[in-house]
Amino acid sequence: MNVEAYFLRQAQTLVGSLGRIARHPFASAMTMAVIAIGLALPLCLQLLLQNAVAMTSGWNDAFELSVYLQKAASPARAEAIAHTLRQRDDVATVRLVTAAEALAEFREYSGFGQALDALSDNPLPITLIVTPSLAASSPEGTTALKTAIAAISDVGAVQIDSDWVKRLVAILELLRRVVWLTGGLLGLGVLLIIGNTIRLDVLNRRAEIEVMKLVGATDRFARRPFLWAGIWYGLGGGLLAVGLVALGVAILAGPVGRLAALYGSGFHLAGLTWQTAGATILGAAALGWAGAWLAASHHIRGINPS
Amino acid sequence: MIRFDSVFKRYPTGREALAGVSFQIERGEMAFLTGPSGAGKSSILKLIALIERPSRGSVVIGDQNTAALKTRAIPQFRRRIGVVFQDHKLLPDRPVADNVALPLIIAGVPEREIDKRVRAALDQVNLLGKEKSLPLELSTGEQQRVGIARAIVAKPPLVIADEPTGNLDPALALEIMRLFKRLNDVGVTIVIATHDVHLIEQFPSRRIVLGEGRIDAITPPGARASTPNAGVTP
Repeated sequence: MNVEAYFLRQAQTLVGSLGRIARHPFASAMTMAVIAIGLALPLCLQLLLQNAVAMTSGWNDAFELSVYLQKAASPARAEAIAHTLRQRDDVATVRLVTAAEALAEFREYSGFGQALDALSDNPLPITLIVTPSLAASSPEGTTALKTAIAAISDVGAVQIDSDWVKRLVAILELLRRVVWLTGGLLGLGVLLIIGNTIRLDVLNRRAEIEVMKLVGATDRFARRPFLWAGIWYGLGGGLLAVGLVALGVAILAGPVGRLAALYGSGFHLAGLTWQTAGATILGAAALGWAGAWLAASHHIRGINPS
Repeated sequence: MIRFDSVFKRYPTGREALAGVSFQIERGEMAFLTGPSGAGKSSILKLIALIERPSRGSVVIGDQNTAALKTRAIPQFRRRIGVVFQDHKLLPDRPVADNVALPLIIAGVPEREIDKRVRAALDQVNLLGKEKSLPLELSTGEQQRVGIARAIVAKPPLVIADEPTGNLDPALALEIMRLFKRLNDVGVTIVIATHDVHLIEQFPSRRIVLGEGRIDAITPPGARASTPNAGVTP
């Protein structure tokens, strides 16, 4: 077959299959809507994940370490330890809280002011608030730092308030897997939906395929318009899915912003990026092609003139 | 052009459609397959177009023994045979020109040439000017002629027709037969299955008369053909 004729034929088939879809607007729209919902669900989860990651990424200060010195340690010794810590690569800042300051702070926030008055002397040790450097601001980095600090003499206890951060990271990781799983399952669903739609198309055009085969059409030739139809269904569904998600984000962005503002946060709901939207639409088209290929190949092989 | 050697055809239902049929049709010949319904006329045409395979015996078309032909090669094989059906088998949602162009489109003929050859084929069946009509807007006779145009548009060396005049009144039927005769005059081998013996009396061509899956007679007798009983099992 000559190349020019081949591409012209592809173009005609492409337009023809689009025309066929347009001639059954209701049925085609239904198919595309089902595909769109199948794709929108994992897309929403992905967006949720993306926003959760963005929201928690500003929470590095959660990795602060509270270093409680032994009661016997003198303020001079505390200064010395603070100085040593500041030399370390994995430490960003060290703030020294004297026993008196600690007591004042405690008195202010705890509500135990009067109880504290009953004590004859200050029970609180000198405290060093250590912030790890950015590079060490990970669960592993802070744990290593904690071990190092605990080994210094006159250090009583080191406390990291990062357990919940570890849990959050674990939850996000879990969520990421859930996104992949649902994405995979629903992608498979989309493949099957398109396959089934194409199967019905093929069976509806059985007579036509028989005639084509009688005059010498190969299975490939008979399959071609169905592959295009699959691509169109996928593209339509993908576009609709992106539209649905964008609409959802638009509806939620305002309330989310106001809620964040009430918590004193400047957080904004991030919508779909162009890359994600593009990948979704192209991925849907590819799924459409694949579903159509599977269904059309199988059913066209079974149609023979009689 | 066509050679059947002791061909048997038994369908999965158990019906034996052909029971040891042998005959030969020369290149450029026009031949009629006649006989009552169920005599095996359609089965012979199906074996020629490779719609069916013989249960036993050999079918040679052109120089090709069809038994040696793989399924993959069938499309290419069919492009060299024009097939005409009693019920036309046109695509009802496509205009006449598209229906006639189908074999050329399938074969990947360039666009410019398609237009030219479609018009030439329609001219041969006297349907120029009907390119844009839909098949259902045409009369039965015209639809049959569209079917013939489709069968000849790719200039196949062999055209087979299954009861091409079955639904037509005698005048139209005669016209269609004359059309086949004209094709034959330009060198196309033609095989027509028909039960209309009166119609074909006017054409002095080879006649293969079938009855119950066997050949009852081949006329004119001078023609080369083996006896009906060759290779028949009891």
